[in-house]
Amino acid sequence: MATILEMQGITKTFPGVVALDNVSLRVEEGEIHALVGENGAGKSTLMKVLSGVYPHGSYDGVIEFRGEECRFSGIADSEKRGIIIIHQELALVPLLSIAENIFLGNERASGGVIDWHETFARTRELLAKVGLRESPQTRVTDLGLGKQQLVEIAKALSKEVKLLILDEPTSSLNETDSEALLQLLLEFKAAGISSILISHKLNEISKVADTITVLRDGSAVSTLDADGGKVSEADIIRDMVGRSLNDRYPPRAPKIGGTIFEVKNWTAHHPQHSDRKVVDDVSFHARAGEVVGIAGLMGAGRTELAMSVFGRSYGVDISGEVWMHGKPVDVSTVHRAIAAGICYATEDRKSYGLVLDDTIRRNIPLAHLSGISNGIVIDENRELAVARDYRERIRIKCSSTAQEVVNLSGGNQQKVVLAKWLFAGPEVLILDEPTRGIDVGAKYEIYSIIAELAASGKAIVVISSEMPELLGVTDRLYVMNEGRFVGEMPTAEASQEKIMSLIIRSGHRN
Amino acid sequence: MSQEALHQPGVAKPGIGQAAAASGSFIRKHLREYGILLALIVIMAFFQIVTNGILLKPINLTNLILQNSYVIIMALGMLLVIVSGHIDLSVGSVLGFVGALAAVMIVQWDMNYILAGVICLAVGAVIGAIQGYWIAYWKIPSFIVTLAGMLVFKGLSLWVLAGQSVGPFPRGFQLIASGFLPDVFGIKGFNLLSMLLGVAVVAVVLFFGMRSRFRNRASGHDDEPAIFFFGRNFILAAAIVYITWALSTFRGFPNVLVVMALLIAVYSFITTRTTIGRRIYAVGGNEKATRLSGINTERLVFLTFANMGMLAALAGLVFAARLNTATPKAGLGFELDVIAAVFIGGASMAGGVGTIVGAVIGAFIMGVMNNGMSILGIGIDYQQVIKGLVLLVAVIFDVYNKNRA
Ligand SMILES: Nc1ncnc2c1ncn2[C@@H]1O[C@H](COP(=O)(O)OP(=O)(O)OP(=O)(O)O)[C@@H](O)[C@H]1O
Ligand SMILES: [Mg+2]
Repeated sequence: MATILEMQGITKTFPGVVALDNVSLRVEEGEIHALVGENGAGKSTLMKVLSGVYPHGSYDGVIEFRGEECRFSGIADSEKRGIIIIHQELALVPLLSIAENIFLGNERASGGVIDWHETFARTRELLAKVGLRESPQTRVTDLGLGKQQLVEIAKALSKEVKLLILDEPTSSLNETDSEALLQLLLEFKAAGISSILISHKLNEISKVADTITVLRDGSAVSTLDADGGKVSEADIIRDMVGRSLNDRYPPRAPKIGGTIFEVKNWTAHHPQHSDRKVVDDVSFHARAGEVVGIAGLMGAGRTELAMSVFGRSYGVDISGEVWMHGKPVDVSTVHRAIAAGICYATEDRKSYGLVLDDTIRRNIPLAHLSGISNGIVIDENRELAVARDYRERIRIKCSSTAQEVVNLSGGNQQKVVLAKWLFAGPEVLILDEPTRGIDVGAKYEIYSIIAELAASGKAIVVISSEMPELLGVTDRLYVMNEGRFVGEMPTAEASQEKIMSLIIRSGHRN
Repeated sequence: MSQEALHQPGVAKPGIGQAAAASGSFIRKHLREYGILLALIVIMAFFQIVTNGILLKPINLTNLILQNSYVIIMALGMLLVIVSGHIDLSVGSVLGFVGALAAVMIVQWDMNYILAGVICLAVGAVIGAIQGYWIAYWKIPSFIVTLAGMLVFKGLSLWVLAGQSVGPFPRGFQLIASGFLPDVFGIKGFNLLSMLLGVAVVAVVLFFGMRSRFRNRASGHDDEPAIFFFGRNFILAAAIVYITWALSTFRGFPNVLVVMALLIAVYSFITTRTTIGRRIYAVGGNEKATRLSGINTERLVFLTFANMGMLAALAGLVFAARLNTATPKAGLGFELDVIAAVFIGGASMAGGVGTIVGAVIGAFIMGVMNNGMSILGIGIDYQQVIKGLVLLVAVIFDVYNKNRA
């Protein structure tokens, strides 16, 4: 096999941070090359160097693609050569349709006039390829994150691609979709397209990767030949974190008390199509010291449920009651919900979780400014102490707490969101996909935080599309499908098969 | 900084030249803030030379302050509006309208000017609040609402004045803009009270500067290198002392200067140290995330506009008092000067970024250029062109800086 890509001695620094330190990477033609490493190890940065996001001259080192040295001055250059990158943070235009997004900058047109017939036909083909059943005219904003990801991939396929780079493509996909995506990569491989896959889901990596390169703190620490699942997850983890990790989930001895949090007959309607019930007569509760999970497929309505409860942040025509400690509480605004002791950490950190251009230090206390002020005047020293405390406790990797959040790696941004809600000191914490994009080591830390919170008598609700995670950290599980709760069971009696069959059976009923 | 950085792997290692590197990266981070201060100094030096020293003469300094007071007052409110992610195009018209209202009440109805002033401020706040209501609660773009407001209040001031100029104002009212601090010590040709006040301000500024630096060091905040800290404070102190001395040898501090200085201090404090200031920045940075943090974003935007209206009214009073009449033309195009000052001062169109000090410096840059070019007798045509280019250059500098980082 020929070498398609050779990166040598890549060094990239940001003010105060060495993101990449003399990294070399070699990708063979027609292979799936996995890039793994902890949050902030430099994976995304390396790919941005490769794809010209950081232009030639802003880094040191040499890139050779198909035998030629490349000096990309922008992403358009690398695309011309057939290097297509799908970024960790999606980059679609929300108000444009799927078709318009896919062919943006690459329109099917003659003499400047768009051929809509061909555009839609090609889009349909591409959507079929990635397994997305949506009309090409659907606006992207009306799609969930998972489906948006598929649109991104379809967009990449619309170009002439020789090397496809996927930065955590499956982090917001459910298992079936992830499976389909990986299958897609294998098909590309058969067709001779190489790909570089970044992921924190190590089971996927060991399943499909031919070669694995492990980055740690900006250096490539090892390259493993993984052909056909030769490398175990444990091996990868050892190289990633520099030690072996025996348990994926911290041990817990749940001490479950009385019911704290109850949602009764909760119903919410779609904001645009107000006759459509997105959450349909849902009731659930959580007890002190308990970790409750809500399982379901993408689009089941879990996020919508949580957000509508959290100060009516989603939906219209909402009915139902929320009780805390046996008394109904007012959750009609976010402020009141927080005051009642309910907090919600979003799954969409970029749009709903963070003020991206602001510093870590100023993001963390935003939901609880009274915690760093006397109500009016902010005590900056307290603010700093708080930021440092969380930085230590959940190991936010940054050059200083004055670093802007936008410059953090994806996983570390997620940690800032968590820190923000931990600092708000909730009694009930609803976590929506809390470990999305987070590395194995940090996942363990987050699970430990969940366990600690539960041990201190709080109630935790975890929404997650990763079933092993739900099975690993929760005490009790609800299963949600198409806006309704279709099952409830103690986690001890649950299994992935059982959850899936509940979902499928409920789907058949209507 | 160094303490925090040390236990992080992958962070540039401290070594020889650390101090140089630290101040290097500090400059890079704060290039904008120092850049604009430097620009003001350079522009002043330039005009000082080409006007043969007229620019900094006591009488011209006094003029400069009086001429720009209303722009600065409005820039304080505009900064908050822009930081929250909006814009207010109506301030010039509101200024004119309030001036007209004051003239009608005081001159034609013989109302007590203090009462009239209070009513005017309230009217301004209500005007701002009404515009803010549509913007905040109905999500109507501020550009449109305030564009409408601009037309409406331009029309209303014409109507109130019936197309005529109304004046003059009673002596007491004029003193708002043309009065000076009383000379309580009675030294001929030197207003000692002003001098003492100026020195006191310098002392207070230095004291708080030192105190916060001391505290920051103790807690390991990333702090500016000593040379910058002392350099900046030295320049500031020297400037205040010089201006104070110059003004004292003329007629002392204008009343407006005292009002302005107080307002600058208050708004600076609000934006940098208080929770409400923090929230306004957060709203501009990411409205959705801020709302999901339990912050009432609508009310914040509403208040920001109400506040802007009140400051525009205050500026209207100052302006009317200075001209000693209210004319239908008052305030024409002022919104552009105010907005330009805020952007020159480093605020971002997208919201979430900007400082009070920057906006004030921005206003002074515009003011010095206006004043300097007028002294030189440069025509209004060239003046406009030059001011436009300065605005463009400042913003290009911003964007260039951001892309490079
Ligand atoms: N524009 C920037 N300015 C300053 N530091 C940056 C910038 N971009 C990235 N970094 C830093 O570079 C390091 C590597 O970041 P990168 O995004 O490559 O990590 P990653 O391996 O992709 O992590 P994750 O798995 O969390 O996505 C991090 O420490 C990050 O804070
Ligand atoms: Mg990344």
